[in-house]
Amino acid sequence: MSAWLRQHRQAFGAALRRLARAAGIMSALVIGVALSLPAGSYALLESLRALTARLTLEPQISVFLPLEARRADAEALGAKLRADRRIGAVRFVSREEALKELKQVAGISEVIAAIGRNPLPDAFVVSASAERVEALAADLGRLPGVAHVQADALWAQRLAALQGIGRVGLGLLAALLGAALVAVTFNTIRLQILTQRDEIEVSKLIGATDAFIRRPFCYFGLLQGLAGGVVALGIVAAVLALLNRELRPLAQSYGASFSFAFPPPADALAIVLLAGVLGWLGARLSVNRHLREIEPA
Amino acid sequence: MVSFSAVAKRYPGGQEALRGVSFSLEPGELAFVTGRSGAGKSTLLKLIPAIERPSSGSVIVNGQNVGALNRAAIPYLRRNLGLVFQDQKLLYDRSVHDNVMLPLAFSSHTPKEAARRARAALDKVGLLAREKANPVQLSGGEQQRLAIARAVVNRPAVLIADEPTANLDAESAARIVEIFVAFNQVGVTVLIATHDQALVARYGKRVLTLSQGRLA
Ligand SMILES: Nc1ncnc2c1ncn2[C@@H]1O[C@H](COP(=O)(O)OP(=O)(O)O)[C@@H](O)[C@H]1O
Ligand SMILES: [Mg+2]
Repeated sequence: MSAWLRQHRQAFGAALRRLARAAGIMSALVIGVALSLPAGSYALLESLRALTARLTLEPQISVFLPLEARRADAEALGAKLRADRRIGAVRFVSREEALKELKQVAGISEVIAAIGRNPLPDAFVVSASAERVEALAADLGRLPGVAHVQADALWAQRLAALQGIGRVGLGLLAALLGAALVAVTFNTIRLQILTQRDEIEVSKLIGATDAFIRRPFCYFGLLQGLAGGVVALGIVAAVLALLNRELRPLAQSYGASFSFAFPPPADALAIVLLAGVLGWLGARLSVNRHLREIEPA
Repeated sequence: MVSFSAVAKRYPGGQEALRGVSFSLEPGELAFVTGRSGAGKSTLLKLIPAIERPSSGSVIVNGQNVGALNRAAIPYLRRNLGLVFQDQKLLYDRSVHDNVMLPLAFSSHTPKEAARRARAALDKVGLLAREKANPVQLSGGEQQRLAIARAVVNRPAVLIADEPTANLDAESAARIVEIFVAFNQVGVTVLIATHDQALVARYGKRVLTLSQGRLA
């Protein structure tokens, strides 16, 4: 093994031993808790994004006929809809079918039985490309024989806008806590340099280069950041598991299957690596700032 | 090996520690630097490993003008010098053996070879039996010998010691000087600063006497 590699291995080993002490573990935990906020927010936003992507992929417009409409009226409207080139698929949902679907939702069938008649109108469900949905919905609302038009894309657009705000907030949070990570590491390394003043001074006197002296501190910053990143992911996984356990009955009652997903492996890895790089940066800044103050005399 | 010409050193604050100092040490020579306290002995020694820089004049070590060396080159200069400091600068958080291992961290030796060299250096100063001890457990003379072992472990061509016999009884002091003489006999250039005129007189070696920063 080359001398260069051995020096790196020794510096790495020294950093690892230092991190394994109580103080090192505590600061890795602090960093982990801080990072779990942006990492967790990221996981939540990504889950919501996946959900809205599913919803807005095929924006749908429901076109309801009046309750008293006859089947012939429906067929006439259907022909008009199929003739419209802006519309993709057209699906007719008769009031009977709609009732059957509704009855499957728990608790509703008693309500319907109490009403004693079918409260649902005939309807068409049509699909269109996302950017035309609003104009198309307005046009369809003006067609004769149409009672009401509902564009599913509208609330999805509002959700997307909210997500945009969420993403900006997440960016700010991540930047803030990333800076905190750098600052925490900076200070940890400053204290380490103070306690190792004698060793650093002697090392300089016997011919250690700045790079040699810097190395264990930079490795420490890197390892502490990586450890903090792993802790953050652990916290996120635990919180998501808790949320999903609470969410499952709720989602089922809406007939939906939705759960918050842990970030995919590539994203999780990126979070850990970023934390490591920030830790290294904090260490490097601290070493550059404080090593020059220790000059042998 | 080491050559000073018209060297002056003025510390920030005005004190002029050295004035017009010129001398040259040949390879394999052993010389003492003497003079009263404050005469400039430590300052002269510190110029050689570039711990201090001359205010004027030139200090040449191994053909390099040390005063003009840039910061990044200094570690490599120091690796070729063996330094024994007035306050020893031992590390008390590790064993005697690990103190001697310190300079070997930048050498290209395998860990096994490094450990062998550390033990050989400890053997030469008579401390092999104490290699597992902590330096605080050593006597003053033993601590000084440990400092010498650390200085010579990389087999430097030049050995520089500042007051290595200060605070030692006559017998321990003599033993320390004997060690330097032994290294000198195998070709190491040695420069020892001491205010102990009686000690210097005993060896009949070259003496550079400093008085208020000037060589007599
Ligand atoms: N770092 C320093 N800053 C200012 N003055 C110093 C410094 N080091 C030494 N001096 C002064 O330089 C002079 C020579 O000191 P020194 O070289 O230590 O002498 P010696 O080792 O012979 O006792 C003294 O007057 C001392 O006060
Ligand atoms: Mg002195």
